[in-house]
Amino acid sequence: MPTNTLNDRTFEVDAEGFLTRRDDWSEDLAADMAALIGIDLSDEHLAILRFMREDSAQTGVTPTLRRIQTVGGFDIKTLFALYPGKPAKKMAWLSGLPKPVGCV
Amino acid sequence: MDTRRGIVGGMNKLLILGAGTAGTMAANHLLATLDKSAWSITVVDQDTEHRYQPGYLFIPFWMKPERVVKDRRELLHDGIEFVEAGIAKVHREEREVELVDGRRLSYDWLIIASGTRPDPTLVDGMADGSLWRDKVHEFYTYEGSVALKKSLAEFTEGRILVHITEMPIKCPVAPLEFAFLVEDHFRKQGIRHKVDITYVTPLDGAFTKPVASKELGGLLKDRSIRLAADFAVERIDNEAQKLVAYDGRELPFDLLVTIPPNVGQQFVMDSGLGNDAGFVPVDKHTLRSVVDERIFVLGDASDIPTSKAGSVAHFAVEEFIDNFVAAVDGRPLPNAFDGHANCFIESGRGQAMLLDFNYDTQPLKGTFPVPVVGPMTLLKPSRANHLGKLAFEQIYWKMLLPGHKLPVSSHMSMAGKRQPKE
Repeated sequence: MPTNTLNDRTFEVDAEGFLTRRDDWSEDLAADMAALIGIDLSDEHLAILRFMREDSAQTGVTPTLRRIQTVGGFDIKTLFALYPGKPAKKMAWLSGLPKPVGCV
Repeated sequence: MDTRRGIVGGMNKLLILGAGTAGTMAANHLLATLDKSAWSITVVDQDTEHRYQPGYLFIPFWMKPERVVKDRRELLHDGIEFVEAGIAKVHREEREVELVDGRRLSYDWLIIASGTRPDPTLVDGMADGSLWRDKVHEFYTYEGSVALKKSLAEFTEGRILVHITEMPIKCPVAPLEFAFLVEDHFRKQGIRHKVDITYVTPLDGAFTKPVASKELGGLLKDRSIRLAADFAVERIDNEAQKLVAYDGRELPFDLLVTIPPNVGQQFVMDSGLGNDAGFVPVDKHTLRSVVDERIFVLGDASDIPTSKAGSVAHFAVEEFIDNFVAAVDGRPLPNAFDGHANCFIESGRGQAMLLDFNYDTQPLKGTFPVPVVGPMTLLKPSRANHLGKLAFEQIYWKMLLPGHKLPVSSHMSMAGKRQPKE
């Protein structure tokens, strides 16, 4: 697996740049990564990422937008406003979780 | 006192909720395994019709609907009691299951095998829209696939969307198979040029795993099927005949074939056993409920992170039997399920692909089940795979459900698979 370095923080990533080791993640790293895709990471942004990490620690998978809404209580429209374009992918990338996938 | 199977006086009662693929297999396997003089096995289901669900994919095209149905009771071996009733609630403190008709069945051990169901009420404009079962269809139910057959037969030109609302869904490759089959259907009729087909997914592509994406990424383009990725549906606009996404994208359609959100059964939710989607959280290796050691969950009803599919239920049941016996004896559970799934993907043109994967290994290229020889090819369309898929119907009824061993290991094997180069 390749390794990336950002502002002196080193972390292992897959071919698409998603973190592969859960423990490499930190909120500071997320903020630095967010800046790369034009997002100024606020507490509102972070609350969603924190929920996703806690949730996936229990379920073993990255939560879907629907689950982030029904379990996390974050409205899907808010997710689109905070992470424009492709929120599912952007939030997974920033929370250090695997990209949402199908079986193939 | 009989202590052989942890029984304290009298018969030990095993109750199985659901007589579908997982419930039927588990009942038949356990009847052969457990001491008949010490156990009663009861299976509950809301009706007597067992449906061969892989057939739902073919009903809109060529399969006779009646062919997918058999009587559940005939598929359960003699010695298994069948109760036809809806399930209202599991009272796990009392170890009782309440039925819709008010009866209560007590149990010592409970297997939940109640599967998953599409819930089209979760999307605005789907089940409550004027176009439902007219121009907005699904093929995840018997009724749905029969209704779709009629609409498809009348369809001569226009825009078709094949759409996944949200993951997880049962048989995750079925929408893709439908897209390939519907393309082939119109090609054979000579009107392919009048039909515009788009595959719409909330994921970032039709193929999301690295090797599959590399090998098969061009397949949709080759068939001139458009792709709308990262599409999070907000609602269906019935008046304008458009699928509307949260990001403002709108896809017009003349026929929408959608996969509604898949959820667990209502009684699971009402019993407080399910997660937000009604799937029961379990240990992914033992399939034992995380809140109640007397409950195991087989098939689509659990939250294990692999495909919801009959093949997974099949492999999981084989691992489960020894674990169940150990659990009753109070011993550590010997087997760990690896999430093994083995799925055929119809790719049109009389061919199919084959996937073989588990929790840790993505679908790879190679041959199956024997290295080099095959006869089936992994991640590559072939005639042999298509014939395998068709032959599976008889294997399902005659070998799988009765509980006969198939010559395929319940653990995934790396033999015949090629690892991608780093």
